[in-house]
Amino acid sequence: MLLIHCPYCDETLPEAEFTYAGEAHIARPADPSALSDEEWESYLFIRSNPRGPHHERWRHLHGCGRFFNAVRDTVSDRFLTTYPAGQPRAALPIKEAAE
Amino acid sequence: MTRFNAFSLLKNALGGHRNWTEQWPDSQPRAEYDVVIVGAGGHGLGAAYYLASQHGITNVAVIDKGWLGGGNTGRNTTIIRSNYLYDESARLYDHAVDLWENLSQELNYNVMYSRRGVLMLAHNVHDVQSFKRHIHANRLNGVDNRWLTVQEAKEYCPPLNISPNARYPVMGAALQERAGTARHDAVAWGYARGAAARGVDIIQNCPVTAIRRNADGSVAGVETAKGFIRAKKVAVSAAGHTSVVMQTAGVRLPLESYPLQALVSEPVKPCFPCVVMSNAVHAYISQSDKGELVIGSGTDQYTSYSQRGGLPLIEHTIAAITEVFPIFNRMRMLRKWGGIVDVTPDRSAILGKTPVPNLYVNCGWGTGGFKATPGAAHVFAWTIAKDEPHPINAPFTLERFRSGRLIDEAAAAAVAH
Ligand SMILES: Cc1cc2nc3c(=O)[nH]c(=O)nc-3n(C[C@H](O)[C@H](O)[C@H](O)COP(=O)(O)OP(=O)(O)OC[C@H]3O[C@@H](n4cnc5c(N)ncnc54)[C@H](O)[C@@H]3O)c2cc1C
Ligand SMILES: [Zn+2]
Repeated sequence: MLLIHCPYCDETLPEAEFTYAGEAHIARPADPSALSDEEWESYLFIRSNPRGPHHERWRHLHGCGRFFNAVRDTVSDRFLTTYPAGQPRAALPIKEAAE
Repeated sequence: MTRFNAFSLLKNALGGHRNWTEQWPDSQPRAEYDVVIVGAGGHGLGAAYYLASQHGITNVAVIDKGWLGGGNTGRNTTIIRSNYLYDESARLYDHAVDLWENLSQELNYNVMYSRRGVLMLAHNVHDVQSFKRHIHANRLNGVDNRWLTVQEAKEYCPPLNISPNARYPVMGAALQERAGTARHDAVAWGYARGAAARGVDIIQNCPVTAIRRNADGSVAGVETAKGFIRAKKVAVSAAGHTSVVMQTAGVRLPLESYPLQALVSEPVKPCFPCVVMSNAVHAYISQSDKGELVIGSGTDQYTSYSQRGGLPLIEHTIAAITEVFPIFNRMRMLRKWGGIVDVTPDRSAILGKTPVPNLYVNCGWGTGGFKATPGAAHVFAWTIAKDEPHPINAPFTLERFRSGRLIDEAAAAAVAH
């Protein structure tokens, strides 16, 4: 069971309260009709899928209900940080916070 | 290679089984190959086998970071079926089922393909309508699939709970009789033995760390833990790790890697005659020839390379199974495990050429590529040998994510496996 820190509730809670919402910081195109096929492909389908730190979105569904961003190591499944949506992409490397 | 037959079995039994020769040598890499295949799962080994047996290309190495068959091939729940909705998928998976039928004879290796039938339960009106649509589409494509009433389903699978008071009452089922299971390890071993006998090198415990390219952009070979290996062609068949390997060649893919878990019970006497899948309660079950109930469901919700997955999903799976089969309420579960599956946005595979000359990829099988193993390996070998896709895999391009010609089995909502 993953333990996830909701940055709004400021609590570390079990995975069952949260839903995963895919890779983070994929900006919706400002002018969709101007996009080439290649840009559409990249926006809709191509994902970084790294083996290591992954910027991703989670939603505290059975809690405050809000979306936030996280960086999780996809090899250990350990969360390196979580932060409110709207904040800039967390820079790597991240030193693991002691819980 | 000793051919297996009644005589060789008897002879070796009398000799106390001490004189069997090894089934394939533990090869060390040579400096150069015509084809290097990354990933010794069923798909990679199968491609090597068909390159050698059908295209006369034997200067081939299959390289794996672990032991052969130790990826999803050795971790899957072995469901084989071909009742997919779209024409492209029906052709590909049915091609595989055609090859499954004679695979044991072809390889002189018992892969224990068992046509025990796969039953898909309908629990609501939407299920009934969409399964019937599937059945009609399948039959137009020459793929067997038929509708069973509740009573017929119960006759086909006696442990099924068809009480109208069940939380998710069964309203009928779709049955593909040609579908079933096979012995996963034997598939990897049979292809490995057949390929090695034809001169293919199988190199284990040797991670490929990068794909190297020539100045003109074409493939030069692979960097590995045992040094650089030159190759005229490189074919990647690395399942959940495909993104990582292909990234080193500068190719970004529409893939995400998720843990997919399964579990088995303690072995019991034969009590479960077929495979049953249920979309609505989200689980599936069969019984192995050893007697274990083999149980699985969908992926964990988050991407991961941990080959583990979380317990909440196992709990959800077991809850679903005991709902449909209360008879298994008290079965003890023996062990659970996970594999890393590479999932595409439309839930169909990517099988063909890449933007890099002489680099080929077979990936995106996600939660359901075991059933495709012989078919995919066969057309992948064709694609590598001829540098052009076989008609069966021609629609499964990488370009479809740009052109929009998706093969959207995800929207068609056939179940995972
Ligand atoms: C729990 C579970 C249940 C499943 N159930 C079913 C089912 O019932 N029916 C079905 O049809 N499918 C099922 N699947 C899916 C199926 O297992 C896969 O789609 C299929 O086995 C993929 O075969 P493969 O040969 O492509 O991959 P694999 O067998 O995973 O082979 C890929 C190989 O590549 C190697 N590799 C990776 N990276 C590198 C590297 N850098 N260098 C060298 N080697 C590398 C790996 O070690 C691995 O051996 C299931 C999967 C799982 C995990
Ligand atoms: Zn919260």
